[in-house]
Amino acid sequence: MSAREEILGRVRSALAAADPSLAPVPRGYRSVVPAGDVVELFAERLVDYRAELTRCTADTLPAALASALGDAGSVLVPDGFPWEVPGGVPDTGQSAAELDRLDAVVTLAALAIATTGTIVLDHGPGQGRRAVSLVPDRHVCVLRTDQIVPGVPQAVAALSPDRPQTWISGPSATSDIELNRVEGVHGPRTLHVLLVSS
Amino acid sequence: MSATFVGMPAFPAAAREALSDTQLRRNLAHATGTIRAKRAAVVGEVDEWEELRMAGAAIKDNTLRHLDEHLLRLEKSLTDRGATVHWARDAAEACEIVASIAKQHAVDEVVKVKSMATQEIGLNEALATQGITAWETDLAELIVQLGDDLPSHILVPAIHRNRAEIREIFRDKMAAAGRPAPDDLSDRPAELAGAARLHLREKFLRARMAVSGANFAVAETGTLVVVESEGNGRMCLTLPEVLVSVVGIEKIVPTWSDLDVFLQLLPRSSTGERMNPYTSTWSGATEGQEAHVVLLDNGRTRALADEVGRQALRCIRCSACLNVCPVYERTGGHAYGSVYPGPIGAILNPLLRGTGVDDQVDSLPYASSLCGACFEACPVRIDIPEVLVHLRSKVVDAHRSAPKAEAVAMKSASWVLADSKRLGLAERGMGLAGRLLGRFGRKVMPGGRRALGRLPWPGSLWSNARDVPAPPAESFRAWWRREGRR
Repeated sequence: MSAREEILGRVRSALAAADPSLAPVPRGYRSVVPAGDVVELFAERLVDYRAELTRCTADTLPAALASALGDAGSVLVPDGFPWEVPGGVPDTGQSAAELDRLDAVVTLAALAIATTGTIVLDHGPGQGRRAVSLVPDRHVCVLRTDQIVPGVPQAVAALSPDRPQTWISGPSATSDIELNRVEGVHGPRTLHVLLVSS
Repeated sequence: MSATFVGMPAFPAAAREALSDTQLRRNLAHATGTIRAKRAAVVGEVDEWEELRMAGAAIKDNTLRHLDEHLLRLEKSLTDRGATVHWARDAAEACEIVASIAKQHAVDEVVKVKSMATQEIGLNEALATQGITAWETDLAELIVQLGDDLPSHILVPAIHRNRAEIREIFRDKMAAAGRPAPDDLSDRPAELAGAARLHLREKFLRARMAVSGANFAVAETGTLVVVESEGNGRMCLTLPEVLVSVVGIEKIVPTWSDLDVFLQLLPRSSTGERMNPYTSTWSGATEGQEAHVVLLDNGRTRALADEVGRQALRCIRCSACLNVCPVYERTGGHAYGSVYPGPIGAILNPLLRGTGVDDQVDSLPYASSLCGACFEACPVRIDIPEVLVHLRSKVVDAHRSAPKAEAVAMKSASWVLADSKRLGLAERGMGLAGRLLGRFGRKVMPGGRRALGRLPWPGSLWSNARDVPAPPAESFRAWWRREGRR
């Protein structure tokens, strides 16, 4: 018998005497929304994760972008990123080793979650493939205030599993040494969010 | 200590040794105390926490009750999205599948994101016997692997090590595994993490195959979810050409939207954060990467058949139960002799491996004071104390043959207690013993009563872990005769 048939057979015999009825799943949590302004809450929680935050408008964005990139000499720019980037290098499918030699990356995001201070990339236009927001040490992400949803349930409902996703809450971090939080292990050591008022 | 749990002593022996390690107890008390406080703070922020727990338990229970249907659905959705699905009855079969994929691609090394399932099946050791090196890339797993040590916590495998010990391990062992630690490495956590970053980056950049687990597998869409902090998970999941994910069959959730419960419950319960730094989701083969999924039984169907124990398969491996457990806090994870330590390990190991077969496994349901803190902390409401008691009865049943010393003692006690004259005689004997032993008792208990040290065998089975009070010098009835009639 194949492993598949045998495992399915074991599952069925294990459940032979089990009650097949389904327990009700309470879903009241989906309508709970945080009190107050979600943009302010997002900003507070994001900074709490030691990410950097710059608030700007469409007009002041280019200056904010240049400032966030600082002295980065080479910046990966994914297809569909709508602004000019000083030192910009287009994504031509660079290998991991080539990405490792770049100083920074700029991306858009699919949405952001206020209660957890999380930005979510679904790697659509302007967000790049998954590796580009991972290997360079500085990640600058441009987010509009109208992309912020209140909580995790609203984010899951708005996202499609057909696209791969990367949920990012602050820079890469570890708490493995005496539970001290240290930023920057394998991912970008700096996450800088430019929050554009809409 | 060597890097395998095979041949570990039963819990009482391992625990006694661990209790005498004051460094271990200090490291553990600090770590569990810190994480308990963080968790309490972020759980307190969520008003609907109890409802989320109820929802998490109900979703998992509903899935387990129809697991065969969900497995078939998951297989189909994964296959439709370009992944190759394999089925593994046990550890050996799962390891063989991973090794054969490595050989097909002619790779002799793989990078790994921390995975309980691959630790459970001993994948690294199995790959090593076939000439394939598996590099752990989680910082704590790296510390454990370089130190030729064993993980002692589900979430923070090197929780038993402090910064000075970690510095020594990095300085002594990194060079033999690749890029050496810097000469001037201090014991500051940021510097230690920096050394790990440099050491592992060369492995990430050259790796052609990665092995992962999955925190969740969505039957409806074939989506796998990996929740992590450091980015080593993202490195493994996105850079290599071939990705093999070893997934226990209990990791299924039915639909994408069900994740809204678990992505709230898991981070707050595990690291005590509102959200972990990185969560990756992918459905099948993506961005040109070859994807394999190994669906692993290895005892899970045995646990599923246990009506009381089945609920342990709801476990999302958050480790909240470890951090609140008074027994774990004092003995550490190694004493449990398994990759699943703490309260959940005390039930999961006997459920996966069966009772009455192995003394070490049979000792685990007793590795608890049944205080119930684990049940209260569990985000999917696994009633661990209930399962512990149930498993104790199974262990007793499995060993039921010749009458035990305890049963003989109880029988004679009942003969004495059944008759007042016999009891009076016994009490007089006890009084004499009490006067003698009270004089020699080595400890004084609260209240001033003397206590005895260790009793000779078989009394030692009781007294090794307890103070035995000296018998009273006088029985109540003797006292009443003397004083009560005045």
